[in-house]
Amino acid sequence: MNRIESSKELEALVSKLRAESKDRFISISSGTCGRARGSTKVVEAFKEAAKGKIDIKVTGCHGFCQAEPNVIIFPEGIFYQHLKPEDAKEIVEKTVLKGEIIDRLLYKDEVTGERYVYQKDIPFYKKQMRILLGDNPFIDPTRIEDYLARGGYLSLAKALKMSPEEIIETIKASGLRGRGGAGFPTGRKWELARKQKSDIKYIICNADEGDPGAYMDRSLLEGNPHSVIEGMIIGAYAIGANEGWIYVRNEYPLAVEHVTIAIEQAREAGLLGENILGSGFSFDIKIARGAGAFVCGEETALMLSIEGKRGTPRQRPPYPVEKGLFGKPTVINNVETWANVPKIIDKGAEWFSKIGTKTSKGTKIFALVGKVRNTGLIEVPMGITLREIIFDIGGGIPGGKKFKAVQTGGPSGGCIPSELLDLPVDYESLTQAGSIMGSGGMIVMDESTCMVDVAKYFLTFLQDESCGKCLPCRKGIQKMLEIITDITEGKGKEEDLETLEELANVVKDTSLCGLGQTAPNPVLSTLRYFRDEYLAHIRDKKCPAGVCKALIKYTIDPDKCTGCSACKKVCPQEAIVGEAKQPHSIIQDKCIKCGMCYDVCKYDAVVIT
Amino acid sequence: MPRIRIDGIDFEAPEGWTILDAAKFLGIEIPTFCYHEGLSAWGGCRLCVVEIGEGKNTKLVTACTYPVEEGLVVRTATKRVIRARKVLIELLLASCPTSKKIQDLAAKYGVERTRFKPDWEDCVYCGLCVRICEEQMMAKAIGFVNRGGKLKITTPFDKTSEICRRCGGCIYICPACQLRCEGPEPPSVVCGRCYNALQPTCIDYYEDYQCYMGLKGECGTCIREEPRKKGG
Amino acid sequence: MNIDKEKIVSLIRKHGAKKESLIPLLLDIQSQLNWLPEEVLREVADRLQIPLIDVYGVATFYKAFSLKPRGKHLITVCLGTACHVRGGQRIVEAISRELGIKPGETTKDMKFSLETVNCLGCCAIGPIVVIDGEYYGGMTPQKALSLIKRIEKEEG
Repeated sequence: MNRIESSKELEALVSKLRAESKDRFISISSGTCGRARGSTKVVEAFKEAAKGKIDIKVTGCHGFCQAEPNVIIFPEGIFYQHLKPEDAKEIVEKTVLKGEIIDRLLYKDEVTGERYVYQKDIPFYKKQMRILLGDNPFIDPTRIEDYLARGGYLSLAKALKMSPEEIIETIKASGLRGRGGAGFPTGRKWELARKQKSDIKYIICNADEGDPGAYMDRSLLEGNPHSVIEGMIIGAYAIGANEGWIYVRNEYPLAVEHVTIAIEQAREAGLLGENILGSGFSFDIKIARGAGAFVCGEETALMLSIEGKRGTPRQRPPYPVEKGLFGKPTVINNVETWANVPKIIDKGAEWFSKIGTKTSKGTKIFALVGKVRNTGLIEVPMGITLREIIFDIGGGIPGGKKFKAVQTGGPSGGCIPSELLDLPVDYESLTQAGSIMGSGGMIVMDESTCMVDVAKYFLTFLQDESCGKCLPCRKGIQKMLEIITDITEGKGKEEDLETLEELANVVKDTSLCGLGQTAPNPVLSTLRYFRDEYLAHIRDKKCPAGVCKALIKYTIDPDKCTGCSACKKVCPQEAIVGEAKQPHSIIQDKCIKCGMCYDVCKYDAVVIT
Repeated sequence: MPRIRIDGIDFEAPEGWTILDAAKFLGIEIPTFCYHEGLSAWGGCRLCVVEIGEGKNTKLVTACTYPVEEGLVVRTATKRVIRARKVLIELLLASCPTSKKIQDLAAKYGVERTRFKPDWEDCVYCGLCVRICEEQMMAKAIGFVNRGGKLKITTPFDKTSEICRRCGGCIYICPACQLRCEGPEPPSVVCGRCYNALQPTCIDYYEDYQCYMGLKGECGTCIREEPRKKGG
Repeated sequence: MNIDKEKIVSLIRKHGAKKESLIPLLLDIQSQLNWLPEEVLREVADRLQIPLIDVYGVATFYKAFSLKPRGKHLITVCLGTACHVRGGQRIVEAISRELGIKPGETTKDMKFSLETVNCLGCCAIGPIVVIDGEYYGGMTPQKALSLIKRIEKEEG
């Protein structure tokens, strides 16, 4: 790739690449999760089978994780799912060369039985608005040419012709709010940073996506890293920064790889470095890697981590825009926020502000996971209801089970019960319901999830991830965990709930940083909506969902047991006795409730009460 | 010089002062634990929290680290603050009941019990020892290690330090080591024998230090009797 | 340890001998040596002119660093929320029982190390187990144990 010296050259190059790009190709979804499902071998098989017949594009996530490994055949948009390497040859010979559809590889709606040929018709995709993720299937993240062919970096060229103040006004008018979770108005943050007088300013992309259950940023960085880079260059120009950092968590090796390649290619093309597109503006990006600390997603801790120190947050003021990385004015924004910037510059603030609700504009990417049929990454306009997301897009709860709650916002968020399913998804509504928007994790839970156990899970997570600096977070979380653990073990007392609530509120009030301040949210929201479940654990010493080990029993139903001994073979404690072909039974004293017997029994004979 | 209002008192504070500096100057008492005049402010114990802001958007911040700014409104002893302090002291008691400093705080702020399981630890991670070693002795022989529930203060690799000059500064300043309280008798973790004082006045219902001992008295923080009924 | 010293010196040259390089430097050293020995940390503190307690504090703060030697095969089980809801904890327990070690520990024969991680970002296809850098989705305690048994067999 030769260095592009001016915006005219860029426009010419983009037109050329657009004209040259092939309409017909097979796009194979191969992000980290695709690879965990075996997409690497599928890619190899396709490369072999398609030689000389049709182009192959190995891309980032297509978003429908449930269906992976999957391909989309363009230009028609035919969607094939659950692929094995053997299918490659058949697909090329039948669909590509003869136009025949292979029925068994089509997406099938579990409830209606209907099969869908085209991606756009699949219910999972239909209600989405894939402004950011929609480019993924068209882009091989290791080729900047693909991004350019989609009109990439044209927004940068446009921005460099505007004044920094104009850009900031555009972002302000669009209503874009930080997508990392707090939802601070992006334009205002940039304005504050611009006003600071300093020789050096920094911008940072926070890619430390630590919320368990959220992987939107991973998909953007793996699948379309240039969209983030372009946004950062525009932002840097707007606030007057010449150096930028992308802080990627250590657990995302593929994202680190693709961002590294993208930066190098952008440098080669002259889109990063000195005198970008002949504008006189210079900017470059370095990559910083996390090292396994959730708290480093907090902005002050993140900056300390880049400086090579322990990630212990500090109080604000002073805010990062005044005094941030190395003491200089710094703008930190989330990956998704940066990715929105080129689109806003391209299509305008008015276009963006028409999407969403009054206070929450634009789209939001969510990771819809848990006990739901269609798991994957979805991008929807703000204001869509939870019901639409979980049932229309997600396809509802599998296995004939009932919806119980949806957890949003990760460990800083809360659980929302079925009464609130018609809640519109936006920053304010979710906060009022006792949760938060967060970075986008959305975990669906059914009747087999114990809400007390969920609160316990999050507290255990946060106790491990707390930096330990302040008393309420370090000790308060430990004590909340002790009380909840007692409750799950049948040792809870009624006063415990009051103590728990008071302690939770004080931890919320007095903690130094966002981690501690939001740590009580899972506890407080489950106490608010699922108090009965807590009381069942305390008064009746029962776990209604059948999860808390101390309160449940595994037994074998003699009517269903065929005596196949599958359970006896896997029991690690040798706690199952029975003769062949005779009903077996579990010795309760020896049983450690590991659940292995429940897993292997094909006759549903193992019962949890 | 930024003008602030603290407990109803208008004050022009020198630039660079913290809320704690201003309060001390005016004689307003705010409890502290991990704060020491000669060392940098740490903001870890959270005991010095005060309520700032007005209306619905108030929040609690630590007085020892929050800088004075123009227009700041501070209230040092509201209901919210007093409740927070009590629970924080309960947490301290549960951590280290053998510290006289913590027992005195409990007695002073009316904490008569702790609802949490006592850990009987020797360290409350206030960081004073780390700071005195670094800032006063310029040694940096000890520091924070690990994080969260596993946090420790120790030397590198837990080995005897080559740079420690055995000055004893860490032992001197440690609130757990300073004076050991032998008083608490199980199952109670609270002692309260050395120090008994009145609880601080809550100013939520008593504006600007004027006490309305009239018909209200609904707060109940500092008065425990039934308010006198109207007309008799 | 002499061979290691050369490796470390060249890595320091690559990242630059400044304080900010500490974390990426330690990450690179660990991927080469599989753990961070005490002598290496002392060397790094010396060359980067950072107080030893600060280097030690950083090495113990971040979960990615291991200050104990790790086994040949690294098994990482994801305990993120989505994986937890699908039974991730039971997989950890099953592997723990099988190998006789707790998360964070290594088997006596130095063959396996077990670790947990708080979300790898593959939430839709959990529970996830990573063995030697390979990601496996939709795991169950049974599947995990058979994977381990296969590796044990290959080891001979």
